[in-house]
Amino acid sequence: MRSSDKSDYALRGVSYLVVTVFTIFCLLPFVLIVSASVSEESQIMEHGFGLLPRGFSLTAYEFIFKSPRQLIGSYVVTITMTVFGTAIGLLIIAMTGYALQRKDFPLRNGISFFIYFTTLFSAGLAPTYLWVARELGLRGNYLAVFLQLLMTPWLIILMKNFVRSVPNEITESGKVDGAGDFRIFLRLILPMMKPALATTGLFLALGYWNEWYLSSLYLGSTVEFKPLQYYLYNVINTANALKSSMAGNNVTVTQLPTNTLKMASAVVATGPIVLLYPFVQRYFVSGITVGAVKG
Amino acid sequence: MAIQLDARRVRSGESRPAGDGRDRLRRIGHSKTLIIMCLPAILFFLVFAYAPLPGSWIAFTNFNYHDGIFGSPFVGLRNFEFLAKSGQLWKLTRNTLLYNVAFIVLGNIVQIAVAIMLNEIRSKYFKKVSQAVMFLPYFISVVLVGVIAFNLLNYDTGALNALIERTGGDPIKIYSQAGLWPFIIVLFHLWQSTGYGSIVYFAAILSIDSTLFEAAAIDGASAWQRTRYVILPSLKPTFIILLLFSLGGIMRGNFGLFWNLVGNNATLYDTTDIIETSVYRMIISQNNFTTSTAVGLYQSLFGFALVMLCNWLVRRVNEDYALF
Repeated sequence: MRSSDKSDYALRGVSYLVVTVFTIFCLLPFVLIVSASVSEESQIMEHGFGLLPRGFSLTAYEFIFKSPRQLIGSYVVTITMTVFGTAIGLLIIAMTGYALQRKDFPLRNGISFFIYFTTLFSAGLAPTYLWVARELGLRGNYLAVFLQLLMTPWLIILMKNFVRSVPNEITESGKVDGAGDFRIFLRLILPMMKPALATTGLFLALGYWNEWYLSSLYLGSTVEFKPLQYYLYNVINTANALKSSMAGNNVTVTQLPTNTLKMASAVVATGPIVLLYPFVQRYFVSGITVGAVKG
Repeated sequence: MAIQLDARRVRSGESRPAGDGRDRLRRIGHSKTLIIMCLPAILFFLVFAYAPLPGSWIAFTNFNYHDGIFGSPFVGLRNFEFLAKSGQLWKLTRNTLLYNVAFIVLGNIVQIAVAIMLNEIRSKYFKKVSQAVMFLPYFISVVLVGVIAFNLLNYDTGALNALIERTGGDPIKIYSQAGLWPFIIVLFHLWQSTGYGSIVYFAAILSIDSTLFEAAAIDGASAWQRTRYVILPSLKPTFIILLLFSLGGIMRGNFGLFWNLVGNNATLYDTTDIIETSVYRMIISQNNFTTSTAVGLYQSLFGFALVMLCNWLVRRVNEDYALF
């Protein structure tokens, strides 16, 4: 056996081992949370969380689904924002991306820089907050969250890079046929960009789905139904939120299975997106590889 | 990658108008539809990115709601003076920079290592599944990361302490030991970003010309030599571009991660407070707009200068890699 063969096997062996261990590490926390959510509260209090459920009880889930008003409201808010935000954002990003890579568009460098500059220098959080909350009057308005998540410079650049792979001749042929620029975009370019739209749309959707930050700034406790992740944030971080979201259950706070409830809330708020994950994962991969090269 | 950037430069060079000003105006007039197509995006950045900029003036005032941004009394640099004298500015800068350096250095090392190892794996199914699982942590919200940390680390019921107790040790009050948190935060960061980051490097390895590997095999190169002399040099352009991007953001922090791991836990601030978390806290719980604007402006200016410096340096080393 040559030495190169031996080292090949060694590296391959180490690779399998390390990748397996790392993969397990990525998965373990999810197991921890699911296990904890179906554990018995008394056992958790005594022995702490573990990889396997301590006892078995669905009490936490029963608590959540006994008064599901908050949760359902949060789901409705998040799903509505995600669907409309992704659709509208995607259309705007695609239009902009297409226009900005048209070589015969004289303003393309100027507009590109106008958008790119916002990543180089930005007003801090405080002036932005004052502007949006006070001057635009969007405090307590879902629009403050919805609008600010519509697009990012990065997604526009990503789209621009994607559109570049559509042959220029398509646009030219459309022009020859006498179609206007918007018609060319809508009828000829968009249908060819389905993978790009899927990837960009997924990033947008993920932004809306995982949103808690803008909600904490602009919505706080002013709205009855918080976006899903912000709802989870409150359940985890404030004892009162747990109490109020279980209101109507006629229990005193001490009776609440706090630990398992937190974990069950996490499962309920995250479960659906994790189940969806295997089907959409590949679109991300293509997006990351294309987007890695900005410009 | 370098080729692609080159091509872009050539192309944009071509597109520069050759004619006189009137010709340019005429061409702009012809692209009315394209301008309209860009309008929503322009409006968006105008409203949400450019319009708040003048508000940075607050940093030089003693802001109060009644007088508004431009009516509040002007105090010059006093807000900055206060920040610098209290040591606050130094602490925040130090933490932000150190965390980012750790993230960038360790992040890239781990990502490259994982990408190389993924490339060694022959089973297609194994590769696909492990890649998908490694990518999962990026997919979930940081709020859930906070839940995971609580599950693992809390004193009364944390899984880690449960394990320690079972093996006969004494439980640790992790949430009150500031010294532990840099490690915890870096680990969680790596946990969340490695799968994501390694995809880029993995793609770069896949795009390496296979004749290079064949030549190395004929020369009897060992696996280590193959990695050292073929794979690593081919990853250099990707690495430099990614490094430049991350250096540009070195004054910005991964706010969501820090806030959901640490939040309002004051005992940990010394080692965990970064610019973003302190600004957020000032706004949310203290309604303090002067200091937070001053910190934010300092961050923006410092960050901007750093990007410019990095870009200038890179341009000197190799013009192809420069951002602009």
